[in-house]
Amino acid sequence: MGALDGFAKQRVLAVQEFTLLAGRAFRNIFRPPHYFADIVQQMDFIGFGSLPIVILTGFFTGAVLALQMANTLTTFGETSLTGQLVAVSLVRELGPVLTALMVAGRNSSGIASELGSMVVSEQIEAMRALGTDPIKKLVTPRLIAVVIMLPLLTILMDFVGLWGGFATSFFMIQLNPALYWTSAYRALGFDDLFQGLLKPFMFAFIVALVGCYYGLSTRGGTQGVGRSTTQAVVAASVLILAFDFFLTKILLTWEG
Amino acid sequence: MGEQENLEAVVEFDRVALRFEEHIVLREVSFRLERGETKVLLGVTGTGKSILLKMTMGLLKPDSGRIFVLGEEITNRSEPELFQIRRQIGMVFQEGALFDSLTVGENVGYVFQRLPEVSPEEANRRVREALCFVDLEHTLDLFPSQLSGGMRRRVAIARAIVGQPEIMLYDSPTAGLDPITAQRIMTLVLKQRDVSKVSSLLVTHRMQDAFRMAHFYYDHQQEKMLPAGGNSAGRDTHTRFLVLRDGEVLFHGQLQELGAKRDPYLHKFLPHM
Repeated sequence: MGALDGFAKQRVLAVQEFTLLAGRAFRNIFRPPHYFADIVQQMDFIGFGSLPIVILTGFFTGAVLALQMANTLTTFGETSLTGQLVAVSLVRELGPVLTALMVAGRNSSGIASELGSMVVSEQIEAMRALGTDPIKKLVTPRLIAVVIMLPLLTILMDFVGLWGGFATSFFMIQLNPALYWTSAYRALGFDDLFQGLLKPFMFAFIVALVGCYYGLSTRGGTQGVGRSTTQAVVAASVLILAFDFFLTKILLTWEG
Repeated sequence: MGEQENLEAVVEFDRVALRFEEHIVLREVSFRLERGETKVLLGVTGTGKSILLKMTMGLLKPDSGRIFVLGEEITNRSEPELFQIRRQIGMVFQEGALFDSLTVGENVGYVFQRLPEVSPEEANRRVREALCFVDLEHTLDLFPSQLSGGMRRRVAIARAIVGQPEIMLYDSPTAGLDPITAQRIMTLVLKQRDVSKVSSLLVTHRMQDAFRMAHFYYDHQQEKMLPAGGNSAGRDTHTRFLVLRDGEVLFHGQLQELGAKRDPYLHKFLPHM
């Protein structure tokens, strides 16, 4: 019972600390000093650096989606709907979730290990000693960078995914290109695009803040850094998937 | 130098206690660091010596008790308020804690980012001066990873003194260094004490360093350490010792008094006395 009690207490404490960190990071967005150079550097690192992984994931996801859809649709003789199905599932669901998962795997871990190393080598304390708020200098620029870059990366993933689907339907199913693109284009409404862009915006907070939280709460040397890195990726991925479910449910209800 | 001035406390701990969950780190620790004095903190690892330094800097808050720095209570200050006090303190962290993404020059001049009243030329001049003090002007544009362990420690000292602090905090500045480099670092600590007349708290595990603090002084003309010739006959090195055990102050006083104590724990620190 004691162990369970301690565990529960720890979890509650962690949630409290995470909320405090998120609040302070968010407040700092509107308060000087702003570290623009750091924001640009992080945008380059997180956004531009994630291009290859996002393009590759997007292309193959779109390609395999088309392959599966076409396979099912052939039984009904409706292969012309391939474009529509690829577009809707990519833009509404797979694009945002897969981009967020990829960026979490690459950057939540990167952020956690970088900040974790700074904690164990006392650089964070040295920073405070020299009058700089580590949350302002380290957390807020990363949060802003991910919030800007993740929706952009998602758009790119959707776009490349559609080309992946096109490649499959053209070369393997021998579908008419015009048919693919028209059905894809017609399938997408405003609500699909809205959902597809609101999700990455929300996931960005998870990716950045979970990485920063685990990084800054690192304890116990290099081993601790490794632990934080792993925990950051696991927590960010699970949170993205869970959050996606509830967000989708809310949006679907709202759209009626 | 009046007697009165000597008695002014620059750092004062008043019944300070701290615990991390179940583990008690400090229980009711009280002491005063007087102006111009050097206090050497001794104790086995985990007795809260580094914690004491971090509390002086306001990086950690005590559970109970009060801490005064330069006459002002810092116990319940917010971070921006603390910065005004931290500017008067220079801290050398255990492994140097240099920012590895910045050059040596940027590291040393980091504090000036927060001080717009200091012009870039003035900041640059003071960075060079601080690096000159530790004999490392030529490393200005190098990164910390390109320096040796001893050099990194010296850069850390330069970063701590660049703001011309009134108090210096050294957290095991010689840990893990070879004897020659360690002596070089200690010479810098003595130089800072005897040339710039700052008060300091020094955490160390090496008794050689502690003896050196008590028995030597830095001669500015000859640019080296010289024996002070004992506290009664020669110069007063203003060095006192504070020994911690299990989060409590076990001994506070001068080296001779420490040697006269019969406590077996104290004697483990003084194998030669």
